[in-house]
Amino acid sequence: MGRLFLHGARLLSRGFCSLGSNRISVCIVGSGPAGFYTAEKMLKAHQTVEVDIIDRLPTPFGLVRYGVAPDHPETKIVANQFSRVAKSERCSFFGNIALGSVISLSELRENYDIVVLSYGAESDRSLGIPGEDLNGIYSAREFVWWYNGHPDCFNMAPDLKSTDTAVILGLGNVALDVARILLRPVSELAKTDISDHALASLQDSTIRKVYLVARRGPAQAACTAKELREILGMKNLHIKIQQVDLDISPSDEEELKKQRIQKRVYELLSKAASSPHCPPAEQRELHFVFFRKPDRFLPSENGCTVGAVHLEKTFLEGKASNSSLLPHTCKFGRGEFEDITCGLVLKSIGYKSLPIDGLPFDNHKGVVPNLKGRVLSSYQRGHEAVEHGLYVAGWLKRGPIGIVATNLYCAEETVASISEDVEKGLLTAASGTPKPGRQGLLQLLENKNIKFVPFSGWEKIDAKEKMVGQQRNKPREKVTTWEDLLKASNV
Amino acid sequence: MFLHRLSRVGFRIARTSMPVSRSSTSTSYFGAIFNRFMHQMTNHHFSTTAINEACEGLENKEKISVTFVNKDGEEKTISVPLGMSMLEAAHENDIELEGACEGSLACSTCHVIVMDVNYYNKLEDPTDEENDMLDLAFGLTETSRLGCQVIAKPELDGIRLALPFATHNFAVDGYVPKPH
Repeated sequence: MGRLFLHGARLLSRGFCSLGSNRISVCIVGSGPAGFYTAEKMLKAHQTVEVDIIDRLPTPFGLVRYGVAPDHPETKIVANQFSRVAKSERCSFFGNIALGSVISLSELRENYDIVVLSYGAESDRSLGIPGEDLNGIYSAREFVWWYNGHPDCFNMAPDLKSTDTAVILGLGNVALDVARILLRPVSELAKTDISDHALASLQDSTIRKVYLVARRGPAQAACTAKELREILGMKNLHIKIQQVDLDISPSDEEELKKQRIQKRVYELLSKAASSPHCPPAEQRELHFVFFRKPDRFLPSENGCTVGAVHLEKTFLEGKASNSSLLPHTCKFGRGEFEDITCGLVLKSIGYKSLPIDGLPFDNHKGVVPNLKGRVLSSYQRGHEAVEHGLYVAGWLKRGPIGIVATNLYCAEETVASISEDVEKGLLTAASGTPKPGRQGLLQLLENKNIKFVPFSGWEKIDAKEKMVGQQRNKPREKVTTWEDLLKASNV
Repeated sequence: MFLHRLSRVGFRIARTSMPVSRSSTSTSYFGAIFNRFMHQMTNHHFSTTAINEACEGLENKEKISVTFVNKDGEEKTISVPLGMSMLEAAHENDIELEGACEGSLACSTCHVIVMDVNYYNKLEDPTDEENDMLDLAFGLTETSRLGCQVIAKPELDGIRLALPFATHNFAVDGYVPKPH
């Protein structure tokens, strides 16, 4: 605790020394790409801005650490850039502070001139079909958190030993990530920063066959070419795609000409379907199943574990088939069904943001209603009222789509809105007394007896993970429980 | 610095010597130039001594002039040593070109737009991997490239590169790069 106060005092003095009375205090909630890009752009745009980034986890970087697949280390390099931001003089990181439980939105807004919410999407869409709660059915998010060593999923322990078949519902990049992790030789995964418990479990995995099931066709696949090329090129992996599924309608063909990504994805799938293969023994299989939607999950003999997915064939109609933005309106059941027997199901049908108290939320879209990042309190057309000083960025603002770099432009837009509002003088406190900013946050945390993890605490975790990783020939060995993370951060 | 340069030349040789699988979307429009370049690379830079000599040469003098046009249309002209990527050159000269993956071909943030098709045509075709990333680039044009993959060579002297947001101005001016 003494350490905390000491650190707090240091942070405070830093805040007071560097900035005069023009100081603008900003609190960013969520330290993933959206949060850090917002911080970076705020710091660049305003010399008198002081940015505090809070996160419910003891560790920064959000999906860079817990979303990006362990076999994609290049994608994680961006953490270097974010670290430079966190260590810049006018920026501070406060880990282990959960908005909504230890601190409320109104408390933050009372203390900061500007609050930017970029806490992402930590829940899942559900299918809402019978059997969805059977054992052996997980969201892809949980599975990803598990293999990436997220402290909320370290004990998920999916059973990979009682079946040879897994079904993945969805065909976005997350679906391809989880398929790749299930199918990749463990010797290759062992060299990544995959969590220790996941590696051990995959070592004993009996899964040899993975089905990727998509409601629409190969011309509407939501994945990107990079991820698809990677999995199609995996060694000793037999790719199966039904030739009939690759027949596309003239309207699809027209549409593909305009859509660069979809066109290249379709070409990769076509090429994979037609390339000759002679499967050697013991090889693994990846099946692409198009035009099927899950109708229900069927239990196995024991009655409580999933045994099969009951699928209904779908067709796309007319112009609607190209509407990647309206996936729910374009698939029709044909009344023809088939089952895929399996013992593991991963639902990769989309993440979902969670609302918090005092925050306007569009439950239908799963986002915060906003105008270029400005949070709207009422959002009927023509009657838009802005919540002063409250902004959103990232998935909470635009829904759970896009790549790391999408947040760059997303943050740019939000910061442009903030800058406009600052120039108009909309963010000065009505009472005339400046908001306390960091000083207020530290006071609040002290009153509530909350221990936060500063960036230097994360650096201790980081150093420990790298040290243990080095001994095991991995880039890092992630610390995977709350207790150990807090211990390693030396709070 | 020197080692870094050396490793890049090695990398370039490895890359250009390998059989290149072209994506069906890219054309072999300037295949001839590409092949000649490849030929040169494999022949002249075959031994490590040759690489050393080449690198010393690069290090000492030869530079080309590159102009970056930023989001507000402001121009900055810099000298870039042969062999250096536009991403590195931008960063060494405080030009605000993003580089999330630090040139490892895993993101699209160093997207630049070659403002003159003639210069674009002097570049090697993008690899499948670069095209995969360009798929995701914001404001993609027919002459878009990743800054980390555009390496300074003599023919590129005078090249002008726009950062993506500047493209809005092109659109207004009616500038449409020709597809090829």
